[in-house]
Amino acid sequence: MKKILALLLAGCMAFALCACGTPAEPAENTDGDNAEASGDTVVIGVFEPLSGDNGAGGKQEALGMQYANSVAPTVDIGGKTYNVKLEIVDNESSTDKAVSAANSLISKGASVVLGTYGSSVAIAASDTFAQAGVPAIGVTCTNPQITEGNDHYFRICFLDPFQGTVLANFAKENLNAEKVYCLGQLGNDYDQGLVNYFKQAAEELGMTCEVASFPENNSDFSSYLTSAKNFGADVIFAPTSISYAQLIVDQAVAQGVGVPLLAADTWDSNKILGAAQGKDIEIYVSTFYAEGGDPEFEKGFKEWIKADSNNLTNNGGDDIIAAVSVMGYDAYFTALEALKAAGSIDSKAVMAALPNVTHSGVSGDIAFGENGDAVRDTAFIKKANVNDNVWDFVTVQSVKK
Amino acid sequence: MGKKLKSTMAPEKKIGSLIAVVLLVVLYVFLFLLDNAMPVNSTTTMLIPVLKKGAIYALVCVSMNLLNGFTGLFSLGQAGFMLIGAYAFAIFSIPAAQHNSVYQYFEGGAIQFSIPEALSNALGQNAGNFLGSIICIIIAGLVAAVFAALIGIPVLRLKSDYLAIATLGFAEIIRAIFQWNGLGKITNGSNLLRKYTNFHDIKIQVGGTIFQLDTIFPFLIATLSIMIIVLLVNSSYGRAFKSIRDDEVAAEAMGINLFKHKMLAFVISSFFAGVGGALLAMFQTTIQAAPFRSTMTYEILLIVVIGGIGSITGSCIGSFLYIACSEWWLRFLDSGSFLGMSVPFFRDGFRKVVFSVIIMIIVLFFSRGIMGDKELSFSGMLRKARKRKEAKAAKLAASTNGKEDGSHE
Amino acid sequence: MSEFLSANLPHLLSGISVGGQYALIAIGYTMVYGILRLINFAHGDVFMVAGLIMVYATASLPIYISIILVVVVTVILGVLIEKVAYKPLRSAPRMSVMISAIGVSYLLQNCALYFTGGLPQVYPDISFLTKLVHIGPATTKMVTVVTPILTLVLVILLVLLIKRTKIGMAMRAVSKDFETSELMGIKINNVISMTFVIGCALAAVGSILYFSNYNSVIPTSGAMPGLKAFVAAVFGGIGSVPGAVVGAFVIGICENIIKGIGLTEFSDAFTFVLLIVILLVKPTGIFGEKSTDKV
Repeated sequence: MKKILALLLAGCMAFALCACGTPAEPAENTDGDNAEASGDTVVIGVFEPLSGDNGAGGKQEALGMQYANSVAPTVDIGGKTYNVKLEIVDNESSTDKAVSAANSLISKGASVVLGTYGSSVAIAASDTFAQAGVPAIGVTCTNPQITEGNDHYFRICFLDPFQGTVLANFAKENLNAEKVYCLGQLGNDYDQGLVNYFKQAAEELGMTCEVASFPENNSDFSSYLTSAKNFGADVIFAPTSISYAQLIVDQAVAQGVGVPLLAADTWDSNKILGAAQGKDIEIYVSTFYAEGGDPEFEKGFKEWIKADSNNLTNNGGDDIIAAVSVMGYDAYFTALEALKAAGSIDSKAVMAALPNVTHSGVSGDIAFGENGDAVRDTAFIKKANVNDNVWDFVTVQSVKK
Repeated sequence: MGKKLKSTMAPEKKIGSLIAVVLLVVLYVFLFLLDNAMPVNSTTTMLIPVLKKGAIYALVCVSMNLLNGFTGLFSLGQAGFMLIGAYAFAIFSIPAAQHNSVYQYFEGGAIQFSIPEALSNALGQNAGNFLGSIICIIIAGLVAAVFAALIGIPVLRLKSDYLAIATLGFAEIIRAIFQWNGLGKITNGSNLLRKYTNFHDIKIQVGGTIFQLDTIFPFLIATLSIMIIVLLVNSSYGRAFKSIRDDEVAAEAMGINLFKHKMLAFVISSFFAGVGGALLAMFQTTIQAAPFRSTMTYEILLIVVIGGIGSITGSCIGSFLYIACSEWWLRFLDSGSFLGMSVPFFRDGFRKVVFSVIIMIIVLFFSRGIMGDKELSFSGMLRKARKRKEAKAAKLAASTNGKEDGSHE
Repeated sequence: MSEFLSANLPHLLSGISVGGQYALIAIGYTMVYGILRLINFAHGDVFMVAGLIMVYATASLPIYISIILVVVVTVILGVLIEKVAYKPLRSAPRMSVMISAIGVSYLLQNCALYFTGGLPQVYPDISFLTKLVHIGPATTKMVTVVTPILTLVLVILLVLLIKRTKIGMAMRAVSKDFETSELMGIKINNVISMTFVIGCALAAVGSILYFSNYNSVIPTSGAMPGLKAFVAAVFGGIGSVPGAVVGAFVIGICENIIKGIGLTEFSDAFTFVLLIVILLVKPTGIFGEKSTDKV
């Protein structure tokens, strides 16, 4: 028995060793700056949550990058044409998986990394990228701590202090809110950060806020909604991840809360539309992109999504374009610009070139300002159209200084 | 007879320990080279984190094994104690200058000093970080041990599966407390703790050159801790633990104070879980309460089972195998292609399915794990080899002499 | 008074409905524990899988056939788990069986993760259960009203089954003394299979009610309800069916009251505090029989 076990284990190990050797090999050479030895492939790492709480959003963001890769599969760097290879790794929406997921991207020779959806995981992986000298471009992670004091982390979206303020302004001006009930997930940096900034801004504008948190894996929101009702809230602000958002929408309808739900970029998803379809509920979200902004891009993207059943599943079963996909698309091209500007596929050169990179993307012009954050001063507000299952554009909101 | 056996075994024991020491030295030299001299390529960028995490998990698994394997207490609170250790370490080692940025929602936090920083000012950067981290790690272990002592008073009166579910419950309660915004000035609520001392900050300066100790450091702490546990297991306390495991009533009848010994095992195990948590915090460079859920305890428990319940070397081997497979070798199962071929069912999550199937096979058909309750020891191997040789010689002698008795003890 | 009622009635209503759903899961725990002395950690995940089966079944089948299919497939899954993962370990130490249960739970979650691709699945609308009703000042889903009634009916039927039928008598005998009942000619394996059939069927019904209320299924959906249902079983006295039901309602209602008074962070933690308190004060639970340990 023991011998069989030993043999089995030895076999497993040998198999695993062989297996690990093969996929790692092509990457072996791409590291370092000798473009000669690397063939003509440049690796862009995609660091996204493909499962877990943020799985749905992470998949849509990755879709944007994959589409961009199909549009522009090559890039000219220093007079030489390279094929761009996307290496996608799943960080499972979990901070404890972030380090090894990031390391596996580095080991595959990524020149630059795109991601991630969900701020906590981006913060958790930040130091790993820094130690390896690989620059990262945050796509839709909005927490200020990601880029603060870091030279290697850039970001093409707006930040939570901005988004929180925008939403507070919107609640005040357009929804005439006096009392706001804020709901976030316990243990989630994104939710808690945004709630915090929203509350600060809202209180400056003279609104009163009550803040509540729900534990992970919670599925009963009726008590929270009742508390919101008892508080006399005019608006419920719930910037949660999509999994919880579906439940909140459904139960808000069931309880007849009768006040609008307000949320941030995560809720801009067809999953929310699906949950709200045909129901009596008002949902407003702030986001990076409003549909109709670039018809040519939208047409191409929709065709690409529909052409592959896998992509369709990953996009949530239909062809509605999520803002995060647009951001993923822009991030990919920003990375290409950075590679061109660096004139090399060496990650350190790319990092040095990044601060001065600019790109006119689908979601607007991208230029990196202070801390490596994109200079953005407007956000789109959209409302869920419960009859036609689309997002209606409401307004462009910016912060009054 | 016993005396005679001892005298014949002595040289093998000596040689065995010599081999072990030599291997350990070779390992450390290798780790030192890995940190300082090895070229950075795709293999080393995966190897280094796998080794670090493997060492940390080895320590945590051995500490769980001390409870579950040696004392027979089925506790599922390991993740909770790791959480306490990780937080204690991080809280005491965030540099003062970083407090405002880390505790941005809590006015810079309540604790305004950092042990590594204070020591750095007194002893210089490198020595300060090294000593400071060790002090913080010990504090982490102690805090976890204190919590364990408090929890142990009520919980250790419970039996087997009730104990399991109660400790699991305590781990969840601890997680909720650490995420509570009311303690935000200390724990930063739901938000990440970061910017504290991590493995990359551990260096030594010899003469003019600075050597990195990234990978050596977790190995050093883990080896020391595991050695202490081994000494404990082999002491009279360890024998008391084992007798409790084998038969509680008989152990009590023999005059072993059940509660005292259970408590001792629980507190010591939690101390090392706390140390493991501190190392994990250093490895991850950021820490958050959310991932320390019961899944983490289950993962550790399954590693202990794979290695063999009641075997320390088994737990160590199991940890490195498990971490290497899950973080590195089996990643290709998620990638959608294998050896260049496209395999459609190799998509995200397949790695985990394969993994859980392997675990079920081990649990059902090889329930003794890799090592059973035996230890891997070189003296043991040598002894076995000698016995086999003797038996063979005896057989040979028996066959040539015809009627010589070939049985040897 | 009416203001107080309108403010707190919704908490109470959702407490009762959650309690009913926990109760249906808790029965599976308590029966399995009563007979095998095993915390079936995989039970919560069986409950989650039942939810997923419903999602996939309704994609191609009419809803009422799907409901039957869900119950049947869940029962088959439960019995299969018992035969594959628990039966071979019947003579092994209790810790091994429990580890096997944890392994099964891990396997089910990872399979669910693989098949759903990590995306939350929207539970189909069973129009009868999801239509809105008004109770006094509160609005809620029909399922909130159906759950406690259905739970009570099922529990009464189950109690009758245990008290009045031959198989029920066998179950009681086995849970009293495993070896003796085997010697008395009771077919242990049939009794155990029957326990899993009942437990899983109730979990399947519970999952239909639960997910009609909270309409999204993720691989970890079963973990928390599973643990809470187990706590409910312990609270009521493990092995006792009415105890499990009472425990489940107590936990469901307390949890919602705690959320209602604003201590939302501790709604899960409270369940475990309750568990530890009950284990220390009355380890056999409120309805449990006192057992003496044999040496």
